[in-house]
Amino acid sequence: MPLFDQLYNFAHWLTQDRDDAEDLVQETFAKALRGFSSYQQGTNFRAWMYRILRNTFLSSRTGRKAMMTVPLEQDEDGPVVAAVDTKTPEAILIDRSDQHFLQESLDELPLNFREILLLCEVEEMSYQEIAETLGVPIGTVMSRLSRARRALRDLVRGKLQGIQKG
Amino acid sequence: MACEQWQAQLDAYLDGELTSEAMRSLDAHLRTCQSCSADALARVQFKRSIKNAGMRYTPSPELRSKVQKRIGSGPRRSWNIAWKLATAALGLVLIAGAVGSYVGHERLRQQHFYSELADLHVATLASPNPVDVVSSDRHTVKPWFQGKVPFTFNLPELQNTDFALLGGRVAYLGQTSGAHLIFQVRKHEISVFIFPESSASWTPKDSKVERRQTFNVEQWNRGGLHYILFGDAAPEDIQKLSGLLKAVEGS
Repeated sequence: MPLFDQLYNFAHWLTQDRDDAEDLVQETFAKALRGFSSYQQGTNFRAWMYRILRNTFLSSRTGRKAMMTVPLEQDEDGPVVAAVDTKTPEAILIDRSDQHFLQESLDELPLNFREILLLCEVEEMSYQEIAETLGVPIGTVMSRLSRARRALRDLVRGKLQGIQKG
Repeated sequence: MACEQWQAQLDAYLDGELTSEAMRSLDAHLRTCQSCSADALARVQFKRSIKNAGMRYTPSPELRSKVQKRIGSGPRRSWNIAWKLATAALGLVLIAGAVGSYVGHERLRQQHFYSELADLHVATLASPNPVDVVSSDRHTVKPWFQGKVPFTFNLPELQNTDFALLGGRVAYLGQTSGAHLIFQVRKHEISVFIFPESSASWTPKDSKVERRQTFNVEQWNRGGLHYILFGDAAPEDIQKLSGLLKAVEGS
C-alpha cells in the first residue's frame, strides 16, 4: 500500500493519539478510494494523499481544537527575506539518548509548525509539494518553515539548559 | 557577498531548493568559509535529528490488514490500475529527487559522519568516566557487551605489544548501538568503533589510514560489521592496531 507507513506516522503526530491516528488513516484511505476520480493524473499523488489526511483531521473535533491554538501570523505572507533565519544556530548536540527532548518539543509546537517540519524533514517533500499539501504559496512555506525551525530550536535549547541547571 | 547573506540561503540550500547556479556559488563559498560551513553542518545535524525523531510511529499489523481489505474490495476496478500508475509516478519522482539530493549532500553526509565520530571520541575522552567497563582484560570487556549490542566481536591479545586496552562503552551512531573501545598506545588514546554495517547514514569503503577532522582514521567492513579506528596516534600505530584486530577476527 503506497504511503501507508508514512501517512500513519504523520497522522499520529497530528492527532497525538494511537486510536485517533488509526481512525484518521482509515478514513483517509476510504476517502481517497471514493474520490480517486478527482485525482488528476500527472499531478502530485503524494501531496494529494497528505492533503486528504490533513483536511480530514482539520475537520475533526481534535483537529479544530488543535487549530485554535495556532497563533495568528500576520506577517506570514510578507517578504520572505525578512523571515529567513540568519542567526547562526548553536550546534545543538543531541545525543541519541536525548532524542526524547526533540520529540517532546515537536509535540509541544503549534500544529502548523509541527506539520511543516514533518513534511519537510521526515517526508523530505519539496517546497512545491508542501505548498500543494497545505494549500499555501511557496513564500509562506519558506517563512513558516524558518519560523518553525527557530521555534523548535528554542524549545530544545530551553530543555537542555533546564537539565544543565538542574 | 557578506556571510549573513550566504547564511540566509543555507536552509534552502540544505533543503535542495536553490537553483543549480546558486547552489554552486554557495558550495564554493562553504569550501572557503569556516564559519558558514560550521553553520551549515549544525543545520544539517539539526535536520537529521528532526528526521530521526520524526520517524516515531509505526502502524499496527491489524490496521494494515483492515485498510488493505478495504482497498481490495473497493468499488472501482480502475482504482487498482490507476493506483499502480500513481505509485509508479511517485516512485520516479522520489528516485529523481533522491539522486539529485544524494549528489548534493554526499559531501555533507560524509562530513557529518566524521564529525559525529569526532564528537564521540572527544566527548568520551573528556568525560571523567570515559568507559563503562574498566578493564585491560579482553575476557572481561568482551562479555560485558553481551546483551548491550546486537552482535559479537573478538578482541586481540595485547601482551608484548605497545597497546593497552582501557575499557569500553556502548555508543550510538545512526540510532544503532555499537561498541566503543578505547586503546592506549604511548599516552595516545585510540577509539575503536564497531557498528553493524548498515547503521551509518554514510557508509565509507575500506580505507588505509587517512586524515579526517584532524584525526587519523582507518576503517573496514568485515562479517557484517563496520570497524573504525579513530584517534590522534601516529598512522603507523593505527595501522598496527588494525592489523591486530583484523588478525583476530578470523579466529
